[in-house]
Amino acid sequence: MTEIIVAEPVAVFTGVGKSFVAGKRRVEALRGVSARLRAGCVTGLIGPDGAGKTTLMRLLAGLLKPDAGEIHVLGQDVIGEPLRVQQSLGYMPQRFGLYEDLSVQENLDLYADLQCVAHAARPERYAELMHMTGLAPFTHRLAGQLSGGMKQKLGLACALVRSPKLLLLDEPTAGVDPVSRRELWEIVYRQVEQAGMSVLFSTAYLDEAERCDDLLLLHQGQLLGQGKPAEFSSRMQGRIFNVSNGSESRRRLQQQLVQQESVLDALIQGEAVRLVMHEGRSPQGEVWAKGLKIEQAAPRFEDAFVAMLGGVGAIAPEAVHAAATVTAKNGPVIEVADLSRNFGEFQAVKSIGFHVERGEVFGLLGANGAGKSTTFRMLCGLLPASSGSLTVAGMNLRDAPASARSRIGYMSQRFSLYGTLSVLENLRFFSSVYGLSGKGRRARIDWAFERFDLHDIADTASDDLSLGYKQRLAMAAALLHEPDILFLDEPTSGVDPLARREFWQRINLLAEQGVTVLVTTHFMEEAEYCDRLVIMAEGSILASGTPQAIKQTAAATGEKVATMEDAFIALIQREAA
Amino acid sequence: MISGMRMRGLMRKEFLQIWRDPSSIAIAFVLPVLLLFIFGYGVSLDAKHVPIALVVEQQDAATASFTGAFRKLDYFAPLPFANMRDAEEAMREGEVEAILHLKSDFGRTIFQPGGAPAQLIVNGVNANTARLISGYATGVWATWLQQYAALNARSFNVPVMVQSRVWFNSELKSRNYLVPGLIAVIMTLIGALLTALVVSREWERGTMESLMATPVSMSEILLGKIIPYFLLGTGGMLLSVAMAVWLFGVPLHGSFFLLFGVASLFLLVALGMGLLISTVAKNQFVASQIALVVTFLPAFLLSGFIFEIASMPQVVQFITHIIPARYFVALLHTLFMAGNIWSVIVPNTLALAIMALFFMGLVWRISRKRLD
Amino acid sequence: MGSLRRILALMGKEFLALLKDNKGRFVLIGPPIIQLMVFGYAASFDLNHVPYAIYNEDGGAASRALVARFEGAPAFDVATILHHDSEIKSLIDDKQVLLVVHIGQQFSRDLALGQSAQLQLIVDGRNSNTALIILGYARSIVLGFNESQLLAAGATGLPVHIQTRAWFNPNLQSRWFLIPGIAGLITLVVTMMVISLSVAREREQGTFDQLMVTPLRPFEILLGKALPGFIIGGLEGTLVILVAVFWFEIPLLGSLVTLYTGLALFLLSAIGIGLMISSMAVTQQQGFLGAFLFIVPAILLSGFATPIENMPEVLQYITLVDPMRYLMVILRGVFLEGTSFTMLIPQFWPLAIIGVVTLSFAAWLFRHRMY
Repeated sequence: MTEIIVAEPVAVFTGVGKSFVAGKRRVEALRGVSARLRAGCVTGLIGPDGAGKTTLMRLLAGLLKPDAGEIHVLGQDVIGEPLRVQQSLGYMPQRFGLYEDLSVQENLDLYADLQCVAHAARPERYAELMHMTGLAPFTHRLAGQLSGGMKQKLGLACALVRSPKLLLLDEPTAGVDPVSRRELWEIVYRQVEQAGMSVLFSTAYLDEAERCDDLLLLHQGQLLGQGKPAEFSSRMQGRIFNVSNGSESRRRLQQQLVQQESVLDALIQGEAVRLVMHEGRSPQGEVWAKGLKIEQAAPRFEDAFVAMLGGVGAIAPEAVHAAATVTAKNGPVIEVADLSRNFGEFQAVKSIGFHVERGEVFGLLGANGAGKSTTFRMLCGLLPASSGSLTVAGMNLRDAPASARSRIGYMSQRFSLYGTLSVLENLRFFSSVYGLSGKGRRARIDWAFERFDLHDIADTASDDLSLGYKQRLAMAAALLHEPDILFLDEPTSGVDPLARREFWQRINLLAEQGVTVLVTTHFMEEAEYCDRLVIMAEGSILASGTPQAIKQTAAATGEKVATMEDAFIALIQREAA
Repeated sequence: MISGMRMRGLMRKEFLQIWRDPSSIAIAFVLPVLLLFIFGYGVSLDAKHVPIALVVEQQDAATASFTGAFRKLDYFAPLPFANMRDAEEAMREGEVEAILHLKSDFGRTIFQPGGAPAQLIVNGVNANTARLISGYATGVWATWLQQYAALNARSFNVPVMVQSRVWFNSELKSRNYLVPGLIAVIMTLIGALLTALVVSREWERGTMESLMATPVSMSEILLGKIIPYFLLGTGGMLLSVAMAVWLFGVPLHGSFFLLFGVASLFLLVALGMGLLISTVAKNQFVASQIALVVTFLPAFLLSGFIFEIASMPQVVQFITHIIPARYFVALLHTLFMAGNIWSVIVPNTLALAIMALFFMGLVWRISRKRLD
Repeated sequence: MGSLRRILALMGKEFLALLKDNKGRFVLIGPPIIQLMVFGYAASFDLNHVPYAIYNEDGGAASRALVARFEGAPAFDVATILHHDSEIKSLIDDKQVLLVVHIGQQFSRDLALGQSAQLQLIVDGRNSNTALIILGYARSIVLGFNESQLLAAGATGLPVHIQTRAWFNPNLQSRWFLIPGIAGLITLVVTMMVISLSVAREREQGTFDQLMVTPLRPFEILLGKALPGFIIGGLEGTLVILVAVFWFEIPLLGSLVTLYTGLALFLLSAIGIGLMISSMAVTQQQGFLGAFLFIVPAILLSGFATPIENMPEVLQYITLVDPMRYLMVILRGVFLEGTSFTMLIPQFWPLAIIGVVTLSFAAWLFRHRMY
């Protein structure tokens, strides 16, 4: 008997279609999607931005009514009986709606009341959830004062307060640091194992997809495929290679390789470049492969994902170097020494020091609340330092003449553009405040349209753009005035893997041209792209150096360190211990 | 299908939020008290101690007696001026609101036929004040004339003597009608503006989506908003009534329970409007602007709170019928100053009840537990 | 030069952002038009067609002559004729009439005998202002009647009333008083809403940081924010002035230079206060509430509808820091009295001081809250 119950799918949708009216256009968010979610396992919902992931989640939660098709969740018709389904459902929206002016405990109480959890059962459940999430010391803190990672954990705890049969998680790990991410997944997997819960989650981190039991691949509102991650990646068998050479920089090598027509995708990984070849092609025998060390590698889900979506394509290096004006003067561009910042009693940054050389891609990594944003803001001159010294291009931007700021470009995780202004108007505005005018300005705007492929959306309000396009526009705006230092604050947060690849190709090109890049990120594979990086925790620097050196430092802790993420977690855990 | 536990949870959350959110405190407490003080102490339409220039060209017993009559009254604060030029200058500069001009032959011609020895020039810019001044001055003149005639042993009969009786607000204090009317404005602020803001904030911050994914029903969500803000509005009403009666000495002739009843009904109407606005707007900025234009401004201007509805153009009078505050203000004025006059209470209460049913019904009809 | 270009770019962006945004357009166009129409037509202290009842117990020729005078007055509309004492109460209670004119049985006889006849006026006092005005109208009708009675009798009567003249607004229309005030009110509301939300909106959307890392200097940002508010406030004020002059036919006696000097100085202080609120607010909601909390008392204490002289002394001192107070005097002076520039200088300098103080404080807040 039990066998049959387990085999019963937890959700079934047949021919589901849903469209919205956005502005004047009608957008088909989902088109004829049919699938079954297996019970008692973790299913991943993967797809680029605008694929319809959130719509699908909301349909399952009974928050939207489909235009066509049927949806049954836990054996109930969601369309007709949403309340029944919602009694055994846990749902965590993308931006989990925590009441920020309520404390951790009050948020939990609210959701316990809403789910009608008996008072007698609460102390035990609360204790369990607080222990799992590590929020026990913070029960009286207001939710609005928690760090990003802690907020997500609290959101999860609220969704789990009644141990739902089906848990829906919409990008639960967006903007969350690797340590918190790992903890979050531990909680989720424990629920699946111990309580037999079924989980559907969406994510932009493809390594998370790798670990789940089943995958739905969504693209432009259609289901491209469903299966185990291994089933996807096994199709890529024989098409993946690690390529390296001794002399040339890996960045230049990656740039070179990605332009080859037989190469679908090329990524920097450790000391090598990871290649995904087009179907039926192999680097062996290609002209460009001469003198390179080539090893076959095991495929990952990410490879399959990129292949199914057709890859990114190469971005040609520019004919005229953007940073041709950069005078070749060696020496550090950014220097930080003994830098501290206090907020009242709390010391957010504790006397740190590092330097960044010209043309370097420098990473600033850390858990949420580690002080990297504070450091970043101080470097940009947005926040005064409490003590210590910092110079950017020889000056402190806080009290340097305003013109000094025209040497830097800045792009924040929120892609801060004027939402009601069109793409062209945004570019015009930013070029003007950077002092461009007349022919020069027109030339740069043309350049931006050309390089970032913005022609089709010139008159679209930037609010209506997809996240990927917003990111492109933000980057174009940051580069209009040809800065020689670029500050990027989580520039790929929430952006899908394809857009991220494209973004990093551009960064690499810029770095090759001598632009100095300072970047913060939560994607540890992106840390691999940096020349050097620092890892911060609780306001101090834990480790610094090249990705390779950091991995070695981390390996010294005795943990198994294969990826940057492992290294990061090992270092943070060593510090915490 | 309403669960006590869920309702308690939602309401507790709402009260915690009201308590911790400075904007709720600002609208629910700071603004009402500020308005009550301004209207209770500050704003008044009554003319009192109006500065008035006295130009007496030739002093004698008659002019002294007449100006003495002016000085005795609270309405005027007379300032003597030597000549008309100075007085006119003072009026242009806004130092005085009116000029009382007694010509040199005042004493001589006063008992002569057709004599018009006294002239009052008022600054007409503020028409209302001007009218009050000339009304008061005429009154002073008539009374004085009669006394003066008697004093000088002249027989003098004014053909028709006006005997006026003012009902309900016999002292004619504007505070007595402004402060009760203000209760309608305050309850509109809490019921409609604040509710519209907090509900649209839930949409904006995504907390509504989380709420909706729980087994809570739409009725529970709505009641979870209505009950706390109803209580808050009732608190505002009690505070206003207490301040009106005990601090500003406004008489409350009608029954307090009746007042409480109609205020509750009006609060339901305001809450219904607030919820409707937030359901349509789902954005704090738009909701606040709509709430200002369709609830706050009409409650201020079209309700009879300050401006008499009977004097508005027909079209505007017609519009006032769809303004709930109009019925509530009529009830407030009557209950405070006149008492339990059923012929006023019944129709106005009925109108409020219909509006409450209409708005609440509409809110329940269009609120769906869905995001699309 | 570069500075100017940057400021112009910022201003251009502000205008675009405001005008392309449906909500922004709504704030600029919706409430002002509604306010103008509502105020223009609904807000008036003048009384027309006041319903009243006549209870004439006398019936003689003299009483009928007096009744005819009431019937002929445009301010009054006869609602009903009473025949019994007991009818009065319910009529006034129900607000069917605001006034009952009660002529006693002896009225005509007293008059014929040369004695003073009594006329009773019963007024609904619930709205004391209305009651006072009704009494004023009724009294003036009776005065007219008295005068004609005395003349007819050929008596060597006494002057029954003072000769009254009203300067500037001879027909005493309160619309003339209120509409120039509305120009100030709408200018204040629109400017405050635009300005107090502008910095907060950029903070909320994260574009403020983006601005701070550009070569824009803080004062350039401040100027780029202030000038659009100045222009919009000026245009909005001009629009209302045009409507006031051409639609509501309010006389504009003074010079435009004086009017716009006052408006410009007022805008400076409104912008200063708006920017102060804006630099303190973290979210748009706080900005909105801050503006609202300022606007409501500022209007109530400005003398817009109720005279400042009637306020308690303490409050009169508080009104000295209310820029609206000065603008009201300027607008009404220039519109109705044709007040000259020099006579308004006592209004100009306080506005200038408020403007300078608030703008400097806003600039200080701006620099100190940049992070």
